[in-house]
Amino acid sequence: MKQFKVLGSGCAKCVKTAEMLERISQELGVPVTVAKETNVEVIMGYGVMSTPAVVLDEVLVHSGSIPNRDQIETWLK
Amino acid sequence: MLSIFTDLANWIVYELLGLVQTTKVGDALHFFIEDTTKIFALLAVMIYLIALIRSSLNIETIRAFLVGKNKVLGYLLGAFFGAITPFCSCSSIPVFLGFTSAGIPVGVSMAFLLTSPLINEVAVLLLVSLLGWQFTLIYIAVGLIIGIAGGAFLDLIHAEKMLQPFAMKAYENKPNATVRLSSATALTMRERHTFAVAELKDIFQRVWIWVFVGVGLGALLHGFVPENWFAANLGHGEWWSVPLAVLVGIPLYSNATGVIPIMESLLLKGLPIGTTLAFCMSTVAASFPEFILLKQVMQWKLLVILFVTLLVSFTLVGWILNMTVM
Repeated sequence: MKQFKVLGSGCAKCVKTAEMLERISQELGVPVTVAKETNVEVIMGYGVMSTPAVVLDEVLVHSGSIPNRDQIETWLK
Repeated sequence: MLSIFTDLANWIVYELLGLVQTTKVGDALHFFIEDTTKIFALLAVMIYLIALIRSSLNIETIRAFLVGKNKVLGYLLGAFFGAITPFCSCSSIPVFLGFTSAGIPVGVSMAFLLTSPLINEVAVLLLVSLLGWQFTLIYIAVGLIIGIAGGAFLDLIHAEKMLQPFAMKAYENKPNATVRLSSATALTMRERHTFAVAELKDIFQRVWIWVFVGVGLGALLHGFVPENWFAANLGHGEWWSVPLAVLVGIPLYSNATGVIPIMESLLLKGLPIGTTLAFCMSTVAASFPEFILLKQVMQWKLLVILFVTLLVSFTLVGWILNMTVM
């Protein structure tokens, strides 16, 4: 099962990013877990400077904006 | 060219709505329509064009520029980059930590973070169109000086020793100092366009409400506060009016977009330039929500110092401008 983490301070965009990940994975029938990470120390650990950022199975795959649908579908493959 | 917005407001207010030019309501509404239409039109063009140019400049590139620079150059570059980067207060903490964990001095990071909300393309555009070139240049100079001087001062008092323990450790160990930039490929025009459109949407979503609030308040001031009311009631730049304006500005939280249209009205009603600028900068740069965010990475002592530093610098700026420009 793929494990997503959305990094961000809990701003509106981070919430939306997590929602999109959940919705699109459900649509495609891919089982995932989506967790939100708001701890600034942990976020720093991933070397992220612009949020929201997305970590997939402990690898940083995106940062700085709400990902678009195409990107999310690629991660789910 | 910009007079079409005046004509548009004339047409809507005086012809379509049939209001009389000299009434307070008519005056306020005219001001509101002229300024909002003008601001939105200019913003759309300006944000898009700037974003086209800026698309290849991201925060990682800026960090790579700032790593290992000598401090003095660091403050100048930090403030400069702060000015040309758009700001979202939700990313200030990750940026601060990203810089700190690369061994960039706290003062250089703060020069960046202080300048960023004060100066950006939206603010400059509003200033030029509402208040003219001269005022804009003064505003930019003051913003840069506050960023540079504030940053230098924080390093002078060893602000890095007053960070939260984990941030202090990150500063010493510099885990991110050697992060290489992934070889950036040149962007195509198409990619730049996509970026610029996304940026335009993003910034618009963030500022449109402030434009309405700012221009709305400005319009009320414009229509309902008598000419030279401030001069009559607050005196001609009495010394105490500047710190008072700064204190009043703190609990008011706004960004530059919301506050600049208000500046226009304040100046028109006879508030001295130094007092106006001190009030507006304190509204934009010293806000409680921002300080609560910074608490995650700074100890109380440093927060209080930062707060007082800002108050003192805005007051000084106000005094100096009131004395020299009048």
